[in-house]
Amino acid sequence: MGKYVLKRLLLIFPVLIGITLITFAIIHLTPGGYTSVNMQMNIKVSPDSVARLKTLYGLDKPLHTQYLDWVSRVLRFDFGTSFIDQRPVMDKIYERLPATLLLNLISLVLIFIVGIGIGVASAVKNGGTFDKVMSVITFIGYSLPSFWLALLLMILFGVVLRWLPVSGMVSLGFDYMSPMQKIGDLILHLILPVFVTAFGGLAYISRYVKSSMVETLSQYYIKAAYAKGMPEKTVIYKSALKNSLLPVITLLGLSLPGLIGGSFIFETIFSWPGMGRLAYESALSFDYPVIMGVATIAAFLTLLGNLIADIAYALVDPRIRYR
Amino acid sequence: MNKRTLAGLLGVGILVLAALFAPVLTPYAPNTQSVVERLTAPSVKHILGTDELGRDVLSRMLYGGRVSMSVGIIAVLIATFIGLLVGALAGYYGGVMDNIIMRTVDIILTIPTLFVILMLVVFLGPSITNIMIIIGLTSWPDIARIIRAEVMSIKKAPYIDATRVLGLPKKMIIAKHIMPNALGPVFVYMIFGVSGAILTESGLSFLGLGVQPPAASWGNILSSGKDYIETGWWLTAFPGLAIFLAVFSYNLLGEGLRDFFNPKLSR
Repeated sequence: MGKYVLKRLLLIFPVLIGITLITFAIIHLTPGGYTSVNMQMNIKVSPDSVARLKTLYGLDKPLHTQYLDWVSRVLRFDFGTSFIDQRPVMDKIYERLPATLLLNLISLVLIFIVGIGIGVASAVKNGGTFDKVMSVITFIGYSLPSFWLALLLMILFGVVLRWLPVSGMVSLGFDYMSPMQKIGDLILHLILPVFVTAFGGLAYISRYVKSSMVETLSQYYIKAAYAKGMPEKTVIYKSALKNSLLPVITLLGLSLPGLIGGSFIFETIFSWPGMGRLAYESALSFDYPVIMGVATIAAFLTLLGNLIADIAYALVDPRIRYR
Repeated sequence: MNKRTLAGLLGVGILVLAALFAPVLTPYAPNTQSVVERLTAPSVKHILGTDELGRDVLSRMLYGGRVSMSVGIIAVLIATFIGLLVGALAGYYGGVMDNIIMRTVDIILTIPTLFVILMLVVFLGPSITNIMIIIGLTSWPDIARIIRAEVMSIKKAPYIDATRVLGLPKKMIIAKHIMPNALGPVFVYMIFGVSGAILTESGLSFLGLGVQPPAASWGNILSSGKDYIETGWWLTAFPGLAIFLAVFSYNLLGEGLRDFFNPKLSR
C-alpha cells in the first residue's frame, strides 16, 4: 500500500508542471502578451499597475526564466495583487474558499447518497416502473441547462411562493441572530444552490451506478450466492452492492472538475460569495491576476480530490495496489 | 433505427431547418426595436412576446438558434479534428509517443474546463468566433481517448497486417484503412459534443461572456430575462425551453446512435 501511495504521490509532479505550463501559455496567448489592448482600454487599470504587472510577470526576461519565475510563484501561492482593490490575490481567494467548499461538499455528499440509492433501486428491479420513471427523469436531468433550472426555481420558490431566499449566503440581519437562527438561515440559503449544483451530477451518478449494479448482478458469484440459498437482501446489499460501488469512487474524483468549474455559473446566479463568483467578477473587470489565481487553485483542488479518490480506491480494492 | 433515434433526428432536423430558414420564418427583424411594445406578453401579434426593448422574442430566438447550432457544430468539428490527429498518433505509434500524449491529456482533464474557458474568453475577448474556437480547443481530449482506443484495437486486425505487407505508407494506412473504421464511436461522441457545446455557449452568453448583444443567442435572451423574472416570465421560459429541447434532441440522437453502433450498451 505504501508503495502505491508513493507512486501516486510522485505522479503529482508532472501534473503540477502541466498545470503551470497551461496557465503560463494562456498568459502569453494574448497577442502582445499579458499587458495588451484589453488592459490599455480598461480605465480601471492605471499605467502604474500595468508597469507593476510587467515587473511581477517579468515580461522583459527570457521565456524560460519567466516560466521558472511563474512556477516558483505558484508554489508560494503568490499570484500578485488585484487590479481592482490592490489586495493580495490569495487573501481574496482565502475569503471565498469556505463558501465554495461548503456548497460543493454538501452537493457531492447529496449526489452520492441519492445517486447511489436511485441507481441501486433501478438496477434491482431493472425494467420495472421505478426504473422506467427514473430513467426518463435522469435523461431529462442530463439535458436540462442547469442555469435555466436555477432561474425557474428562483421564480417558483423566491418570487411566486416566497419560501426561500434566492441570493447570497446569509440574510441581512445575520450578525444579530442567535447561533440556532444563524444555522437555520444558512440552511435556507443553501437549499436552492445545493439542489441545482447536485442535479446534473445526480443524473450522471445514478445512471452509472445502475449499469454497474446490473453488470455485477449478472456475475457468477452472485448466482452462486443465490444457489447456496442466501436471502435476496443479503445478496444484493452485501455481495453485489460493495463490488459495484468500487468504480463510483473514481467517479468522485472525475466529477470534481465539473463541480468546481460549474460553481462559477451557479455562484453567480445565486450571488453565492464563493471562488466561482470571484472568478466571474474578475473576468468582467479584466482582473487578470485574480482569474489566474482562482483557476490555478481550482486545478489544485481537483488534483487533491483525484489523489484522495485514487488512494481510497486502492484502500478498498486490493487489486489496484498489486497491478 | 429505434424510436429514440428517430425522435432525436426529428428534433435536430426541425432545429437545423428553423435556423437555416430563420429569415423566411421570422415575422420581424431580430433587432427591430419598438418603444411602445416593450415587454408585452405573448399575443397573436408577437407569439412569444417582446423583450425589454420591444424586440420580437420569436424572431430573436430563431436567429439565436442559428448562433447556437453553428457554435455547437463548428466547435465540435474543431475538437474532432484535433482529437482525431492526437488520438491516431497515440494509438498507432504507441510506446513513448502514446505515453507523452496520454499523460498530457490526463493533465488537461484535471483542470476544470470552465475555468480554462473563462480565462481564454477574458484574454481573447468574447465573440462568436472566439467562443467556437475556445470550446473546440477545450473539448478534444475525450475524442482523442476514444480514437486512441479504437485505433489500438484495429491496428492488430489481420487486414492491417495485410496493408503493411503490401508496403503501403504509414500515413495511408492510418488515413485510409484505420480511420474509417474508428469513426463510428467518434461520430456518436460528436453528437453528444454538440449538445455539450450548446450548453456551454448558452451558459457563457447567459453570464455575458459569450455572444454579445445586439446579436441574439438563447443564452443572452435568458440573461435579459433574469432581470425581469417578476414582469416578463416569457423571456425566461422560452429561450430556456429552446436550449433544453436542442440539447435533449441531440442527446436522444446520440444515445440512439450509440445503441446502434454498440448494442451491448443498451441494456
